Amino acid sequence: MGVVTTTLDTAVNWARTGAMWPLLFGLACCAIEMMATQASDYDLSRFGMELNRASPRQSDLIIVAGRVTRKMAPVVRQLYDQMASPKWVIAMGDCASCGGVYNNYAVVQGVDEIIPVDVYIAGCPPRPEQLIHGILTLHEKIKGDSLRNAVYVKELA
Amino acid sequence: MAVSHVEGTSVGAVAQESTWEGNVEELRGLVSDRALTGETMLLNMGPHHPSTHGVLRLLLELDGEQIVTCLPDVGFLHTGIEKNIEAKTYEKGVTLTDRMDYLSPMSNNMVFCLAIEKLVDLDVPARAQVIRVICLELSRISSHLVWLGTHALDLGAMSVFLYAFREREMILNMFEMLSGQRLMGSYFRPGGVWRDLTPDFLPTLEKFLDYFPAKIDDYESLLTNNPLWIDRTQGIGVVEPEDALAWGMSGPSLRGSGVNWDIRKAMPYSGYEQYDFHVPLGEHGDVYDRFFIRILELRESVKIIRQAIQKLPGGPFRSQNRKFVPPPRAELGQSMEAVIHHFKLWTEGFSAPDAEVYVSVESPRGEIGCYLHGTGGNKPRRVHFKTPSYMHIGALPVMTKDHFIADLVAIIGSVDIVLGDCDR
Repeated sequence: MGVVTTTLDTAVNWARTGAMWPLLFGLACCAIEMMATQASDYDLSRFGMELNRASPRQSDLIIVAGRVTRKMAPVVRQLYDQMASPKWVIAMGDCASCGGVYNNYAVVQGVDEIIPVDVYIAGCPPRPEQLIHGILTLHEKIKGDSLRNAVYVKELA
Repeated sequence: MAVSHVEGTSVGAVAQESTWEGNVEELRGLVSDRALTGETMLLNMGPHHPSTHGVLRLLLELDGEQIVTCLPDVGFLHTGIEKNIEAKTYEKGVTLTDRMDYLSPMSNNMVFCLAIEKLVDLDVPARAQVIRVICLELSRISSHLVWLGTHALDLGAMSVFLYAFREREMILNMFEMLSGQRLMGSYFRPGGVWRDLTPDFLPTLEKFLDYFPAKIDDYESLLTNNPLWIDRTQGIGVVEPEDALAWGMSGPSLRGSGVNWDIRKAMPYSGYEQYDFHVPLGEHGDVYDRFFIRILELRESVKIIRQAIQKLPGGPFRSQNRKFVPPPRAELGQSMEAVIHHFKLWTEGFSAPDAEVYVSVESPRGEIGCYLHGTGGNKPRRVHFKTPSYMHIGALPVMTKDHFIADLVAIIGSVDIVLGDCDR
């Protein structure tokens, strides 16, 4: 049984990391660097990540690229809720990670106040190489996942 | 997401109410009376929509596919930058201005530095002024390239996006040479620029200027005479010159309607009066004219940068006035006075008089203005930015009236809005 699940895990995780569809979702400055990462020079399709879906229903990953304001926070939360499990979150940039330079009335001090974050990427804005590093870190994390521990399996049980 | 017209008519309508803040009665006077009876449909577009260029929300009233009313809802990216600057010294404030209009941070730096320099009457050496012109025009090119890529992408031309970003990367690499950062360099500082040009900057720039005009021809061969592109853009989103002025439009969007207004010509700053360049004007005020003007501006910017390289003088790159500008690092080991200036400027900052100034510059999107009110101390009492994207979003209802909803995407793209610029 253990051999079967381990083999299955490897196959499933390989498939998940090889064709992960991010949500086409940008907030602020970091979204410009995210676009640069997807464009010709950095070419995110090398990692099977180029297919941005405009609908949260079809995406596996939400890259929160930019500052999340108090007015935008309910929208981000709703988008996350609309995504189908399994789903992952990358907080790109200082603002999404911890509020960045904006410690004020308007900005949520880190997107992890409203949704669970898998990988944080520092930088204001992070370079495309940093975003790629963050994505590969997420891939490593997914490769260590097991179907037996999956959150949605526990939810079903 | 369609909003129900009559409350509580069906289960679906009840489910929608949880996300709909308020009821349709609150829109009386904003939408036509037909929307209140349910004859026309209210449709919510954004804030998460790939073609609103950020987090813009539009409430649309549709008669079939035709737009009756378009109500923009801004503020989803309101960051409180103006308020944050009030808590910082003048030089530290420059860092925050980068993050307003994040496609052309240099223009924001420029207008804020100009305001400070006017407030405290600080000189800017000739070399710094020419370096600033080079950087401003480079950021105009890089901003127009993002606009071109995303505008074409919205209308279905994917390859233009990839080409435009290829050239943009070269400009960002040059910005990195100067400031150490690709986007948010904070390269302009009160009294000049942060560091002198690096030795490899000018050769790289000249190589780029030789390479880039042929690439503009490439973009044009993909779009300018493309029948699909012309069908989607000509006669769409027409703004009459009077309307454009009345709605406070500026920059290429205003010049698309044929109004000759460019701050670089009308109220020159940083020595723009010494450069020989044209201000391209449109005739029809439609999406195509606004597109074509920006393409011509790319060529004009190349021309300006070439002239700037020709006239780049020697001398200091930043003012030598030690009351406002910290001394170079090398002096700190030799001069006690330099240490004092350095300490004072990096802890307390400099003081500005209790007076108010307003300056404006021509950003790639239009007129960006800065109102700055000093207190006599080291922090400003009030900073306010008048930004072009806010005005252009305000003019969207005029431009989109009676157009099809598919044309809305073309119109939003053509005025080149940046929500960070609008909401700040």
